[in-house]
Amino acid sequence: MSENVVKLSSKHKSKFMHKVMELLPEGGNLNLCLTCGACSSGCPATGLDGMDPRKFLRMAALGLDDEILKSDWAWMCTMCQRCIYVCPMEIDIPQLVYHVRASWPREERPKGILGSCDMALKNDSCSAMGASPEDFTFVVEDVLEEYRELQPEFKDMQAPIDKQGAFFLLNQNSREPVTEPDEMVPLWKILHIVAADWTYGSKGWGGENYCMFLADNEAWEHITRTAAKQADDLGCKVFLNTE
Amino acid sequence: MTFSVLAGLKKFNIPHKFEVKNIYEYYAKWIREGKLKVNSDWNKDLKIKFTVQDPCQIVRKSYGDPIAEDLRYVVKTVVGEENFIEMTPNRSNNYCCGGGGGFLQSGYKKARLEFGRLKDNQIQATGADYCVAGCHNCHAQIHELSEHYGGGYQVVHLWTIICLALGILGENEREYLGEDLKEVAVYGA
Ligand code: SF4
Ligand code: SF4
Repeated sequence: MSENVVKLSSKHKSKFMHKVMELLPEGGNLNLCLTCGACSSGCPATGLDGMDPRKFLRMAALGLDDEILKSDWAWMCTMCQRCIYVCPMEIDIPQLVYHVRASWPREERPKGILGSCDMALKNDSCSAMGASPEDFTFVVEDVLEEYRELQPEFKDMQAPIDKQGAFFLLNQNSREPVTEPDEMVPLWKILHIVAADWTYGSKGWGGENYCMFLADNEAWEHITRTAAKQADDLGCKVFLNTE
Repeated sequence: MTFSVLAGLKKFNIPHKFEVKNIYEYYAKWIREGKLKVNSDWNKDLKIKFTVQDPCQIVRKSYGDPIAEDLRYVVKTVVGEENFIEMTPNRSNNYCCGGGGGFLQSGYKKARLEFGRLKDNQIQATGADYCVAGCHNCHAQIHELSEHYGGGYQVVHLWTIICLALGILGENEREYLGEDLKEVAVYGA
């Protein structure tokens, strides 16, 4: 071990470090950093806002919580986990980033992410674009009818919603039904050709989850529970994600 | 999204009776089982080159290299092995494109494009005409990178090229195909 090993200082207690260490098995390995820099050299967010993952971790270890909160970098790290993948100690920096995000007052977090999360909380769809279960059902049925008529080979194609006992529960990114509905069709065609037994759910169909990115645990949990309940209520065996 | 569901079920101890899967695995399975009869004949003479983005949320963060192999198997089958070019690094070691983590919605546009420079370099180094991006965040970000840095490559969903190879892609389902493919194997034409 090199003498550069970052040790938790007893004088400067870091809230972030302790928070993450409490939550993760083996403390997320946060205090095992060898300062080798493998994380930073392969991180696309290195250099943004004068920060990099090693520096971020080191600042947390040194208890510089206020400085960390002054930086916007927690929103520039995408929590992609590549740093964990290359780190010899598998240190979970994105978990630290998540807790830093969660420490921002909710209303001060980036408006776009906040707005998308709030949209998802508006109704049972959990769609970040706010589309209601009725809107969704309407678009799906409308597009399906159009393609069944226009493309004879697909006159029996299905796009069921809330079909009890279907094997797959498929979710759908809101971008398609809301802004480019024709893009739903290629996937339906594939499912039709392989004769998959599938359904959408009217609740929790929105495939995206900005509440997780917002680091809003309560909202993330709500969305996951809504989608999970829908799958179990319909008796689906596989919750199928397209992304 | 695969990761938010998987991680959410675990983090919040949500009891459930289903399994969480990603569709790449099934595309590959259906091709292997002969249910999806795809081949790359449409691209034999065109020789249009494709690379693939390994979405962090699906590969590194959820299912690891096995699903990256499924993804490659599908892409190679539909575009032809000789027309597939890897970007480097790849699979679980791939760079994030910069569309993830809410970055697209966060308002830090300049930083986001700077983040994506690495991804753009990787894609341009392959010389591919198309980058397959199975995830919407990747799709939107890489599309913007291509315009911003002038690479000129197109970004497509996996379902688009599968249907193209099956000859069942209609003219209104080609939003993300470039001019070179707008009129290839159009269903109903
Ligand atoms: S790769 Fe791991 S051990 Fe090396 S500097 Fe980064 S966090 Fe520390
Ligand atoms: S999770 Fe964040 S710090 Fe780690 S490699 Fe990705 S962007 Fe960089």
